[in-house]
Amino acid sequence: MSTTIEQPRQVCTLGGQQSVLAIERAIPIIHAGPGCSGKVFSGMAFYNGFQGSGYAGGNAVVGTNSCEKEIIFGGEQRLREVIEGALQVMDGDLYVVLTGCTADLVGDDTPSVVNEFRERGVPIVHASTGGFKGYNHQGHELVVNAIVDQLLEPATEIIPNLVNVWSVLPYHDTFWAGNLHALRQLLEGIGLRANILFGHDSGGLNAWKQVPAAAFNLVLSPWCGLSIAERLNQRYGTPFLHYPVFPIGGVETSNFLRAVAQYAKLPPEQSEAYIARQEAYFYHYLDRSADFFMEMRWDLPERFITFADSLYALGISRFLVNEIGIQPGVQVITDHPPEAARPALQQQFATLNPKISAEVVFQDDSHDIAQLIASRKYSQPPLILGSSWDRDLARKIGGYHLSIALPITDRLVMDRAYVGYQGGLRLIEDIYAAVLNTY
Amino acid sequence: MVEAAPSAVACKEKQMKLINLANPNLPVREQRLGSIINYNGTASDLAAQSREGRLRDRACSFTQVSSCASSCAVCLLSLIQDAAVVNHGPLGCSGDFSAFNLVHRYGLVKRNQAAANVRMVSSNLGESDAIFGGEAKLEQAIRDAFARFNPKVIFVTASCASAITGEDIDALTSRLEEELGVPIGTVHCEGFRSKVWTTGFDAAYHAILRKVVKPPREKHPDVVNVITFWGQDVFSELFARLGLKANLVVPFASVEQLRRLSESAATVQMCSTLGTYFAAGLEELYGVAEVKAPPPYGLAGTDAWLRALAKVTGKESEVEALIADEHAAIADELAELREKLRGLRGYVAAGSVHGHSLSAVLRELGMEVAGSCFWHHDARFDNNDPSADSLQHLVKSYGDLPVSICNKQAYEMINQLRRVKPDVFVVRHPGMAVWGGKLGIPTFLVEDEHYSLAYKGLVRFGHRIFDAVNNPSFYRNLSRHARLPYTEWWLKQKSNVFLGAEQ
Repeated sequence: MSTTIEQPRQVCTLGGQQSVLAIERAIPIIHAGPGCSGKVFSGMAFYNGFQGSGYAGGNAVVGTNSCEKEIIFGGEQRLREVIEGALQVMDGDLYVVLTGCTADLVGDDTPSVVNEFRERGVPIVHASTGGFKGYNHQGHELVVNAIVDQLLEPATEIIPNLVNVWSVLPYHDTFWAGNLHALRQLLEGIGLRANILFGHDSGGLNAWKQVPAAAFNLVLSPWCGLSIAERLNQRYGTPFLHYPVFPIGGVETSNFLRAVAQYAKLPPEQSEAYIARQEAYFYHYLDRSADFFMEMRWDLPERFITFADSLYALGISRFLVNEIGIQPGVQVITDHPPEAARPALQQQFATLNPKISAEVVFQDDSHDIAQLIASRKYSQPPLILGSSWDRDLARKIGGYHLSIALPITDRLVMDRAYVGYQGGLRLIEDIYAAVLNTY
Repeated sequence: MVEAAPSAVACKEKQMKLINLANPNLPVREQRLGSIINYNGTASDLAAQSREGRLRDRACSFTQVSSCASSCAVCLLSLIQDAAVVNHGPLGCSGDFSAFNLVHRYGLVKRNQAAANVRMVSSNLGESDAIFGGEAKLEQAIRDAFARFNPKVIFVTASCASAITGEDIDALTSRLEEELGVPIGTVHCEGFRSKVWTTGFDAAYHAILRKVVKPPREKHPDVVNVITFWGQDVFSELFARLGLKANLVVPFASVEQLRRLSESAATVQMCSTLGTYFAAGLEELYGVAEVKAPPPYGLAGTDAWLRALAKVTGKESEVEALIADEHAAIADELAELREKLRGLRGYVAAGSVHGHSLSAVLRELGMEVAGSCFWHHDARFDNNDPSADSLQHLVKSYGDLPVSICNKQAYEMINQLRRVKPDVFVVRHPGMAVWGGKLGIPTFLVEDEHYSLAYKGLVRFGHRIFDAVNNPSFYRNLSRHARLPYTEWWLKQKSNVFLGAEQ
């Protein structure tokens, strides 16, 4: 792990705030200094595709704005009065107290304060997310596990074919909303009921209450979300499928859907029929654009460099190698995968297909890696798939650039999805628009 | 370390010193300026309480998140062209890097320069640092910033975590400063230190005064420092007509420009909320005359501001000619706009003095200010001069208006907006505009603080207001579908029900 970080691509654990905001009608209550929540919103939401306040985000987030008094004398009473106020003022179904550095360092007994309210029947939980504890991927897991541990009850019966989806990180993945919506459509296409839990029309607290009733959990991510599935397995005995490749395009999405269908023991007729229809759609448009790929190939990038979290880096690599047929350059992984998860990830990149492997670097500080990328020789202009930080680097090496990862300040993102068949088409369109735009 | 110019020493001996360069820290606004963050009443009452030293803050038992001093410090320091910023905290404290990077990039492009990324790093404090101390990480981050950016000065911004764990940042920066041969300024902008985030401006200016500004080698009687944010340069053209040169600081200035601020004839501000400490400091330390006047918004304010500038630069006749020319140049357009906007009711939300300025602009355009929300209020400024009292100026020039003070409390503002039902919502701060839009109110976010400045700005702003009101389609559609996160109970309350007794 690097010490200094230039051009951050994550925020601290308090980033879990944005996971709360992705749950419909959930209200985050931030027990921290006055500026923490706004900085997290800035870094993860607004300056990341200009994702906005939504229902209760941005300046609507409830907070204790802890100052010297709360540092010196403790902030428990202050938290108590702010929660009381929140229950009166904010129209929500679920309240999540997230603590920042101040409360966690001075040792406020936040769990006790939150317990007082839970004992009154208030749907409220606490996640200890003091920023010094880690990054927003951990923050996301802390929030989810807090809800699981402190609020959910065991299911009376299992709902057949119900699957909880643990995949992209809300807000951190600039395209999370579209991606989760698309994932639900894909899973429903093969006959499952997908509990996506975050985003528009995901069901809010009621959907969360169904988490223990799921037939299985799907972790669609190289590592983030595994701790959640393991916890649910321990608590409720729910089995889980870990599928590390975020599927983009025809080849990978069909692989993914077949793996899920097989795991869930779905009748193959329905899933295969769905896959066939979707593949036909995808390849119809790939076929119609084949002229472009043949005729423009002389100046299309032959090497791609990804500068993203492990989920995107792996998903995009598999897509560009196995669907578009271009070569991987260095893949920079920015999300601090736990040491235990790294060998498997490296193996994934070593076997993108039987002949092609990619060089992987785990690095969240931009400086050294930018130097490494700039020092390489490129016979053709390479493509950098990264964040808005990387625009100058792309220009410096004469390459192309598309922002697909936090922070994104050169695109407005609404419901765009990169997952699945149609997501593959979108990614192709966006990559080659970025190329063509430079002429 | 710094020798004040003789004239500065002579003129300041009789007053108590504001600036203590020996101390890396400085008193927060609550102590220095009697600042408050909660109030409900009228402009005239607030101005009177402030003037008479009666103003007391009240606590608010329920709050939404606000902002902290760190972002205010960094918004200035990150835009200095050959400086580097080390944010000493966990990575979330650097959540605003990408925000200032966008400001930096588009600011350069608007100034006809190539876009470039900001020169900032985070020391990335983690769990073991919280236990064992983060000095080693800070040292590494400073060394990295030095090696990577070759900066002429390094600013280290402290965080809540670094302060609570009790690190001695100042000792470390002093040692490295000597070794690396580059000034390193500690910026005490820890979020918990002040309820008033603009304390962060003061902390940044304090570091600049301590580490960058040098005693004058020569004096430039035609150069005027302009303390501002990153809005477009409307000053150079105006000042050129007076035979003066505008020296805009701090954003997009070079370190050399900052070093020589002491050589200018005078300092003006577009907003005392921003520049109070810096302008007073430059006068106290180096005798650079601070122009003490209401801000240059609306005819009355702009006239007064220019006349005060004339007085300290000896440009009385040029300024009178300029005022006459500018009044004449906009007279017809202004009359037409006043006709079009007459009777429209505006609601202003902005940070203290700029809120006073925007209110003056609306009144000058013939509109009513039916409500206002300013993020804090300073009972006085560092110069202690009543001629800079922007609130009193507003009341005297345009009459009284309803005022509330709250630190960006969206729930209070929404409550008021629903009650006041203004025709237009004029707001300065990102994050607050959206709530007006969701209520269906035509909303104009003042991103460029110079947009409505002086005479041409007044009419330019008038046209924008008219456009916003003239086509409210976006806001109407949005309000039909947006859901507010507030209970029916809250929306029926008075906006100040959570205010406690005076402290």
